Amino acid sequence: MIATVGYFEPWWIQIIKAIVIFAVGLQLVPVVLLAERKLLGRFQSRYGPNRVGPYGAMQPLADILKLLTKEQFRPTTSIGFLFALAPIISILTAVAAFAIIPFGNTQDIFGTKVGLYGIDVSIGPLYVFAFGGVAFYGIMLGGWSSGSKYSFLGAMRGAAQLISYEVSQGLALVGVVITAQTLSLTGIVTAQKGMWYVVPQLFGFLIFLVASFAETNRAPFDLTEADAELVGGYNTEFGGGRFASYYFAEYLNVIVVSGIVTTVFLGGWLLPFGIHPPGWVDPFVVLFKMSLITFLFIWVRATLPRLRYDQLMSFGWKVLLPLATLNTLITAIVVVATH
Amino acid sequence: MSTVDENATASLNVNAWSPGEDVIEVRRTPAPGPSRSAWRIFVETVRGMATTFGRFRETPVTVQYPEEKTPVYPRFRGRHKLHRFEDTGLEKCVGCSLCAAACPADCIRVVAAENTPENRVSAGERYAAVYEINLSRCIFCGYCEIACPFDAITMGHDYELSDYDRTDLIFTKEMLLAEPLERTPLRNEGE
Repeated sequence: MIATVGYFEPWWIQIIKAIVIFAVGLQLVPVVLLAERKLLGRFQSRYGPNRVGPYGAMQPLADILKLLTKEQFRPTTSIGFLFALAPIISILTAVAAFAIIPFGNTQDIFGTKVGLYGIDVSIGPLYVFAFGGVAFYGIMLGGWSSGSKYSFLGAMRGAAQLISYEVSQGLALVGVVITAQTLSLTGIVTAQKGMWYVVPQLFGFLIFLVASFAETNRAPFDLTEADAELVGGYNTEFGGGRFASYYFAEYLNVIVVSGIVTTVFLGGWLLPFGIHPPGWVDPFVVLFKMSLITFLFIWVRATLPRLRYDQLMSFGWKVLLPLATLNTLITAIVVVATH
Repeated sequence: MSTVDENATASLNVNAWSPGEDVIEVRRTPAPGPSRSAWRIFVETVRGMATTFGRFRETPVTVQYPEEKTPVYPRFRGRHKLHRFEDTGLEKCVGCSLCAAACPADCIRVVAAENTPENRVSAGERYAAVYEINLSRCIFCGYCEIACPFDAITMGHDYELSDYDRTDLIFTKEMLLAEPLERTPLRNEGE
């Protein structure tokens, strides 16, 4: 059976919702971009960008404008069609994955029931992994179609890395899914009413987090870019708007992963100690938790050096995967035993 | 903790540095097992995170350059200055070209002329009719300052010398004699 998607809103609400999520969600990217550069600066005892606008707040705008007004070029060795397509795949999958992050339960807005999320699919995590799997084509095709050895090496590493860590990432989520008995992300959140899954699924949480660093190509697993050895990795030959797309997708992926971690492990829009704020607070709770995870992403990037390729592989297959499997197994046994 | 073999040190050259008490003892332990190394990786990662967070809580040490400037030391060798006698107002430079001779980058050009009773420019017999320093060639070694018998040329403190045109970097006598803009702060005693 194909996954069922929960529709109960009229079609025009769906369109408005899509526009709002698109508008608000994509505004988060420049914010994260700026936050990363400012925080990275503070982690290294410097200010970070502070020239454009007050406290450097206009820096992302300047960056994006600069990139978009640049010349579109491509190497003569590249394959034009794929070269243009690859950044589009990257950005499209990131945006699509963003659609299922729930920012709140269904609310009554002017007498209409509206779910504060793009769509509530009955296959929640699988949807994310599906688009994560397609997103890897963005990197792979981008690196391959460039016709450059650095891009090619970066893409190959990216392929191997994403495949290795996707397994552990998925297995880490299985524990939660077994406990919650549902794949719907809103269902997983409501199942955390008693206790957030970060406590009973602590190992799952840590494994998911580490695998997510690898999945989003962030330090210390940024081997696809590895600017010290591969110039820019898969995006070496990209410039202007296409590079901006890759950059945008990378940060949107960070936001999406923060959203997934928030939803699955940190109780989504729920607050601890039985506090029940009015419904309009929910999105802000989710955004706050997401910003904490994003801060962690930046913090780790400021701290840990990049892994060597063989370390990356042996860590993924020999440490993370057995741990994730063990976590799933123990969770399954405990759930069966207590039922 | 002296583990140095006494006979070995005696046979060595007497002038050679003796490690003496500075010998560092290295203890080799068996390589940690998987669980131990996993624990160590975890602890070290947390320790690293704590270190960076400590930096995060500090105020940045950045010098906001165009607004703030690092003060220079008194002997800093910046842009040259030509000097006049304070009482008479005559130029100290007598056009002897010793600075031009000392200059390894060959960036100083001096053309001397005779002082006349009607037109007295310097204290000596002659004066520098043309005195040019090509700062795009200057290496700021300070040999001109040392070569000068009258302390007529000294190195100033100015280091912001960029310009839009190379010809603008050829400083004439009038420019070198003029009091430079106070652009560079001087480091105070003990700073």
